[in-house]
This record gives sequence, C-alpha cells and structure tokens, in this order.
Amino acid sequence: MRSRWSYVYFLFYLLLGVVLLFLNNDLSKAVITLMNVIIILVPLIGTIFGVMYYYNSKEFTELLLAQPVKRSSIFLGQYFGVALSLSMSLIIGLGLPFVFYGIFNSGAVWDFSLLLVTGAFLTLIFTALAFVIALANENKIKGFGYAILLWLFMAVIYDGVFLMSLVYFEEYPLDKFSLVATMLNPVDLSRVLILLKLDISALLGYTGAVFQKFFGTSVGFILSSLMLTLWVIVPTYFIQRMAKRKDF
Amino acid sequence: MIEIDNLHKKFGKNEVLKGIDLTIDNGGILAVLGPNGSGKTTLIKSILGMVVPNSGTIKLNGTSIKKNWEYRNDIDYLPQIANFPGNLTVKELIKMIKDLRSSKTADDERLIELFKLQPFLDKKLNNLSGGTKQKVNLVLTFMFDSPLVILDEPTTGLDPISHIRLKQLITAEKENGKTILITSHIMSFVEEIADEIVFLLEGKIYFRGSIPALKTKTEQPDFEHAIASMLSSSYA
Repeated sequence: MRSRWSYVYFLFYLLLGVVLLFLNNDLSKAVITLMNVIIILVPLIGTIFGVMYYYNSKEFTELLLAQPVKRSSIFLGQYFGVALSLSMSLIIGLGLPFVFYGIFNSGAVWDFSLLLVTGAFLTLIFTALAFVIALANENKIKGFGYAILLWLFMAVIYDGVFLMSLVYFEEYPLDKFSLVATMLNPVDLSRVLILLKLDISALLGYTGAVFQKFFGTSVGFILSSLMLTLWVIVPTYFIQRMAKRKDF
Repeated sequence: MIEIDNLHKKFGKNEVLKGIDLTIDNGGILAVLGPNGSGKTTLIKSILGMVVPNSGTIKLNGTSIKKNWEYRNDIDYLPQIANFPGNLTVKELIKMIKDLRSSKTADDERLIELFKLQPFLDKKLNNLSGGTKQKVNLVLTFMFDSPLVILDEPTTGLDPISHIRLKQLITAEKENGKTILITSHIMSFVEEIADEIVFLLEGKIYFRGSIPALKTKTEQPDFEHAIASMLSSSYA
C-alpha cells in the first residue's frame, strides 16, 4: 500500500518538475512556481498519507503489539517509514529533472536545495501531526476530518486571520507580532524562508524589509531552521507519549 | 507465574475491571469464563500490555510488566479476531513474525502440515476465509516455544477436524509443562480441557476453582448448567 502510493507520488513530482521546466524554460522561475505548489501540496499529502497509513495499518499494529517489540519503536517506525518515503519521493522526483536540466551549473542551486529541504521538513511535520490526530481519534472519519481541517487552517485560514489582524491593528507597530506569527506556522515560515532566499522580498513591501532584516541574517536563518526542527520534534514526542498510553 | 494485584481498568465511563486479584501458577490450563463484556479480553490484553491498566500491578515471574516489553518473548498470544494486514501472503506473514522473536527456532512447518495450510501459503490474507485465517492465527501462536500461551476464543470458525487437532495441540503443550490461559464460550470445550476455571462477572472474580468444585457449589450436575445457574443468580 505504502510503496505503491509513494511511486505515484514520485511520478507526480517527476512530471511536475519536467512540465514546469518545459513551460518556464528558466530555472529560477520554475523554482518560484514550485514553491507555491510545495507550500500547499506537501502539507496536504503529508497529512492525508499519515492519517491513511495509520488507519490502514491498524490491524498490523495490533498484531505487532502482542509481539516482543517496544511500543514506541512500532509507532515511530511507522511514522518515519511514511514520512521518509514521502520526502524521498519529493526530493528524488523533483531533483531528477532539475539535475538533468543543469541545476548544478546555475545560480539557483541553493534556492532549489532550500526548497527541497523545506519540503522535506513540511512532510515530516505534517505527517507527524497527522499521526497525532489519528492516535487521538479512534473514529476514522473524525480523524480524517480533523487532519484536513488542520491542513486547511495552517495553509489557508491562518494567513487570513493573520492578514485581518494586521489590518485591524494597523495603528500599532506590528513587526514583532508578524515575525512571531510567521514563526508559529510552519507553512508560513517555509514560504517566507524561500521567498527571501529567492530575493524577491521587495514584493513583500515594508514587512518584507523587516523580514529581510531578520530572516536574511544567519541568526534569523538558524532560528527559523530551529523552529522547523521543533515543529518536527514536538509532534514526534507526542506520538511517542500517546502511543505509550493507548489501549488496543 | 502471573501475579495480578488489584487491577482496575476503565474505558471512558465504563468500568470494565474492578479490582482483579489473581495468581496463576506455572503449568496447567486455566479457563477464563464470563458473559459478554465481563472483561475477559481486557484482562488478557492487560497481561500482554496492550491495554494500560488504570491501577494495579501485573507481575510475570516476579518482575512487573510495566514499561517492559521483552517479557512478551515468553508469551504466545492468539487474538480473538484474526486481523491481519491483507496485502501480505501467509508465508510472508509467518516469516515476518518469526523475525520479531529473539529465539529463531520456530516450528511452523509441522503446524502448517497439521492444519493443512500448504495450498494457502502463497495466497494473500485478504482472500482467505475466516476459518483459514484462524488456522493461520493458530500457526503464528503455536510456532514458538514460549512458557505461557494465551488463547482468546481459539475455536472460532474452526471445522470439526481442526477443532480436534487444536485440542490435541493444547493437550500436548500442557504436557510440556506450559501455562495455558484460555477464554471460550464453548462450554464443552472448556470442560474437556481446562484444569481450573476463573469466572469473571462485572469486572470481578466471581468464582475460582476446579469444575467439580463449581458443580458442587451450584448444585448442578453438569458444567453448562452450573455456569448458567451462576449467571442467572447474578442477573436475578
């Protein structure tokens, strides 16, 4: 089940990479288009695959639980199995066409690797969140619903609320607030990271300048990488904790 | 030896086990009986560590099973409902479970022969009938040589021949000095093989002892009626 779908996923990215390069005929532009796809799609796929895999392998999990295997290694194994194979599909699927196009001889190579790394991070984060949701909900339909809601919230609604609050509190200095708010959502964080790396932050106006000042520095970069790592570690910790206490 | 001390378990508001104290000595067959929902499976799953009790302790040979997983090397467990990953073949499943055990000696071939499973070895588990799945389940359980064997409703879906073979298998394991824990609703089966029974009722141990002792206690000549009389007196 898992392997078949990760091939499909891999082929999808392969196709996407080829088509984008063909249509744009320009590496940097293709990277920007890809960013928009990755930012929305990767979390969605991570969430759906995570939830689906958990519920599908439930019987298998129960079988394993009666065997001399540590609980946390069962669940963490499943999680990393899904998340890593999804990340591999992403990296290899997108990487191949770009390598053949000659990414190594162009200036976009760092932008592109940053894109892939954030993509991998997003996969890890959202698969972990999906597992947490699935562990908390015995009911499949509910689990799926919550997972999709989470994705919708992070990818779409969060931005809306964020924008509205910016408009509403426009009289106050909002630099700090918008920085923190961006940090708290892995989707936004990845987007800002890539945008700034692509040097198109001028598009972001005044906030862009503030962001550039912060994320452009190495401190900002390290801090946001740390934040992304934290977004992986915290849900993974929860997976382990919940797995320990759950009844089967 | 299993020592269970003051075991409590709640699922939400539903209190399933209300203080179970039970000591099971090594060797012999103990049948855990009780009406539906009396907590038999929960008790068994607590011993396996699949259900985490709210309070109380379970010790296996003197060591607590809490935060421990190696002890499951010494247990063979037959789950009540044979839920297998459907996309594996029987052969792959057997191989995989073997890989998980620290002792690599497994005697699956004899059991496959015993239950006549050869024609199904390369079939996917999805395509097997309920009874065949149960046979696979039995092979997975009995292929290791563990001192404690736990069987949750072992007879479900079995044809009469396999039923007889299962009984022979259980008796043979008992003669090897193993401890066997069984739940079943088939009273004739229990009467035939069990040395001792434990009767659970509403999350507590209602009776423990041999079958003759139960008959004397309830003043019933046969086992099935003895159990039924215990049930009806509790419902009344």
